[in-house]
Amino acid sequence: MSIKVRYFASLKESVGRSEDELEFVAVISVVDVWRQLNQADDLPENILAAVNMEYVGFDCLVNDGDEVAFFPPVTGG
Amino acid sequence: MEIKILQTPFDPWQEIQQFQQSSPEMAGKYGASSIFVGTMRDFNEGDDVKGMTLEHYPGMTEKQLSKIITEAMHKWQILDVLVVHRVGDVFPEDPIVLVSVWSSHRGDAFDVSRYIMEALKSKVPFWKKEILQSEAVRWVDKNTDGYKV
Repeated sequence: MSIKVRYFASLKESVGRSEDELEFVAVISVVDVWRQLNQADDLPENILAAVNMEYVGFDCLVNDGDEVAFFPPVTGG
Repeated sequence: MEIKILQTPFDPWQEIQQFQQSSPEMAGKYGASSIFVGTMRDFNEGDDVKGMTLEHYPGMTEKQLSKIITEAMHKWQILDVLVVHRVGDVFPEDPIVLVSVWSSHRGDAFDVSRYIMEALKSKVPFWKKEILQSEAVRWVDKNTDGYKV
């Protein structure tokens, strides 16, 4: 199974990438996706996550073909 | 409803006029139009700001805005909504956001305008990066709560 992972705004700058592809075999959650790609135990403070463009909690499970995104609090308007 | 994400400057009054002209079914039905325009300031957090770059998450931005407007249309009696938001390079005095709500009566128009703006500020994926007069560059880290004075 594979998913696309996207980073935005200040988080994109701090991880140094805007996108990743992740291949996996067993079922994984959003926080597992972060850990595998960023060699870190925890997400940076205040980071939000989305799967297929909907907000999710970090324990949300991901499926083949999903788009996962990580980003800081939004500041539009 | 109409949602527009624009890379280039826009005139909110022209957008409103165009929307009304292209919505003949609304003519004669609305007694209240509530217009909110958010404009870029030349100061923030005690610093002089000379410009800003607005980033967004294409697709999710539209999806979340559409969800917010749909919720508002279920909760209040309104006829239609137009939301326009800038992305890219923005300068002081440029309009950043337009939320325009049409309804039969003013109460719903006022309430929905506020509801959409506050939801946009907290849920829709846009991010601002400021360029200060001093040439320093910084990300805006959070939006303030519009209901707190």
